[in-house]
Amino acid sequence: MVYESDKTKETETLIAELKGFKEEVITKYPNKVAKKRAKSIVLSDPVDTPQIQANVRTIPGIITQRGCTYAGCKGVVLGPTRDIVNITHGPIGCGFYSWLTRRNQTKPEDENAANFITYCFSTDMQDSNIVFGGEEKLKQAIREAYELFHPKAIAIFSTCPVGLIGDDVHRVARHMKEEIGNGINIFGFSCEGYRGVSQSAGHHIANNGLFKNLIGRDDEKKGSLKYRVNLLGEYNIGGDAFELERVFEKCGINLVSTFSGDSTVQKFENAHTADLNMVMCHRSINYVAEMMETAFGIPWIKVQPIGANSTAKMLRKITQYFEEQELIDRVEEVIAEEMKEVETVRAAIYPKTRGKKAMLFVGGSRAHHYQDLFEELGMTTLAAGYEFGHRDDYEGRHVIPTIQIDADSRNIEELTVTKDETRYNPRKTEEEMKKLEAEGMEFNEYHGLMKQLEKGALVIDDLSHYEMEKLIEKYKPDVFCAGVKEKYVVQKMGIPLKQLHNYDSGGPYAGFKGAVNFYKDIEQMVCASIWQDLKAPWESEEYIEAQFVY
Amino acid sequence: MRKIAIYGKGGIGKSTTTQNTVAGLAEMGRKVMVVGCDPKADSTRLLLHGLAQKTVLDTLRDEGEDVELDDVMKTGFKNTSCVESGGPEPGVGCAGRGIITSINLLEQLGAYDDDKGLDYVFYDVLGDVVCGGFAMPIRDGKAQEVYIVCSGEMMAMYAANNICKSISKFGKVGDVRLGGLICNSRKVDNEANMILEFAKKLGTQMIHFVPRDNMVQHAEINRQTVIDYAPEHSQANEYRALAKKIDENRMQVIPTPLSIGELEELLVSFGIMN
Repeated sequence: MVYESDKTKETETLIAELKGFKEEVITKYPNKVAKKRAKSIVLSDPVDTPQIQANVRTIPGIITQRGCTYAGCKGVVLGPTRDIVNITHGPIGCGFYSWLTRRNQTKPEDENAANFITYCFSTDMQDSNIVFGGEEKLKQAIREAYELFHPKAIAIFSTCPVGLIGDDVHRVARHMKEEIGNGINIFGFSCEGYRGVSQSAGHHIANNGLFKNLIGRDDEKKGSLKYRVNLLGEYNIGGDAFELERVFEKCGINLVSTFSGDSTVQKFENAHTADLNMVMCHRSINYVAEMMETAFGIPWIKVQPIGANSTAKMLRKITQYFEEQELIDRVEEVIAEEMKEVETVRAAIYPKTRGKKAMLFVGGSRAHHYQDLFEELGMTTLAAGYEFGHRDDYEGRHVIPTIQIDADSRNIEELTVTKDETRYNPRKTEEEMKKLEAEGMEFNEYHGLMKQLEKGALVIDDLSHYEMEKLIEKYKPDVFCAGVKEKYVVQKMGIPLKQLHNYDSGGPYAGFKGAVNFYKDIEQMVCASIWQDLKAPWESEEYIEAQFVY
Repeated sequence: MRKIAIYGKGGIGKSTTTQNTVAGLAEMGRKVMVVGCDPKADSTRLLLHGLAQKTVLDTLRDEGEDVELDDVMKTGFKNTSCVESGGPEPGVGCAGRGIITSINLLEQLGAYDDDKGLDYVFYDVLGDVVCGGFAMPIRDGKAQEVYIVCSGEMMAMYAANNICKSISKFGKVGDVRLGGLICNSRKVDNEANMILEFAKKLGTQMIHFVPRDNMVQHAEINRQTVIDYAPEHSQANEYRALAKKIDENRMQVIPTPLSIGELEELLVSFGIMN
């Protein structure tokens, strides 16, 4: 089917109107706030990318979308693993509210394989543990967890009070590793909630821990397939990783490890035997990709298998890297086959979604990735922004040297990684890399969200609640993508909201089958008027108005 | 009931001064409770003729929620009620949070209730106000009157000034007031005059000058207050005088802390920086 031009007259007019938005909202703020917010609101230009302020402290009172450092470390990066017992050291709330809320899925190989994702482990600190210190209770929790489950690894996550009272989770980890023995791996994370300006700090801390405690501990190459890759920054929300695993397997590509959806200790330990790292969520995992390249010589590329065309693009990048006709043929076959279903569904839905508008305020990569899917539906992204992205996630990695390191970033350990003396092995020679680059492959590169966004679209970092309400009032998008905190407010304003942290109850949205799911779900949302038709009682009933008389 | 907190630099003699003053008040027939807010739990040693058997926090840890007031409160010299808050061993946990937990528990157990007929509660607080927990006795109306033990040594005055900063902060939003400075003499040159001047600058008074006397050490080795151990000794009369002055004191102010410059100037003009 031939698709008409995505842009309708109406969207062009709307984009032109976005110009006035910044001026209008910031005049409502107090001077100091206005000055700071002004730097975080820009109009996109894919050619001459403007500078945006990001990864700085949230202004109190804007009702931020952000989470905490603990959430980034435990909730995002380590939480989706399958056979690590993740113990939250702290009062029960932190553990409870980071338990299964992102809908990360796991699938054990068989009945006997470990699967701890359905459990919530916490030391449940009480007042007396705060006063007298919680290390003993933590040791006891580790003993209990070991006796009950005999896991290969136990990870400890520090919550705010742990940092305040000075419990040393790393010392406890070393002590218990020795006490339990049996080759168990125990390690801790100093990921107290207040350690950074957002969950982004937690990602970095988690990356450091993965590299120090797991990656590279098992050199034996596993699996019979020769094209060995890792997928980084894929957390198997709603089964995304399952769909991608299916596609890789069909293509004959050996997925050594996913970081960290449905991952296991053994896969992490073996990850350094892969020949290519693919980074999906750049923000949360680029540190691991960088460190693995430095230590083991594995090149990394940015991929975004969200959207059918984008998935095909990722697969073609892999074939381009391995340069084997057999793989190229197989991948092209798979793409052709998979695209058949995709195209059938898309052709039926496209006329209904074409010209609709979306806004995405989510994550540190998701607000970018999902634009691919909306493009495939002929929809325009009017406004987008991250909760916890850095400037490189907006403007591209070339700005990294110019990013000012502030006190908040210095607070997070930066590992100094060097070549692994025995295992460093550049997967491609310098000439080969040069040749690949000349052919259009880009290594260690990410162009950022603004390269893809329409010229003139709004880009807002750490969106304030006020700005969100104004966006909806003024531009009435057909769908708004954010998280659960925004969901019901937005829907009460008559606009459907798609949660892109946990997909509501949907998914997978990655890969080919995921694209089909997304087309269908979005069609349902943008073609129904339910949220506009539903009225609150005070909107449809008469009510008596009165005034106080003083 | 008057609720009094004693603050001052570590090692300045807070616990000794508190217990001797309490002994003086008890002798006058006042009903007094002493709450030790130091993890070392030695604030009631002289009144009890030895260390208290169990602190509030230890009891709370061992017995769980099921704590009786009698488990944590012991009767000392002349019917004084003695409580030790206790706390973690050095370098572990959070002693400040311990004080908060402990005072809340005492309140729940009715330690302050009218039927106890208390005239005074004394909080003997560890060292400087280093964090929120140690300010607990002067927040939320737990203590309304603060006396700072100091001497003419620079660091003691420095600490006293810092404590005044926190009293003036909480005094503006609550009802905590400074009752005065107690000079526990270290035989520094010109000491009394300097503390008098320091007190004046803070907007308060030097309520008493306690001279240095070896009798204090003798009594302490015997686990007693001076009033208990040597009731006829002149030092006992000093503490009786202090007790009487506190009993009669109506001067309660929000202090005006000095800047570091002013404080150093004071030290220079009184000669100890030469």
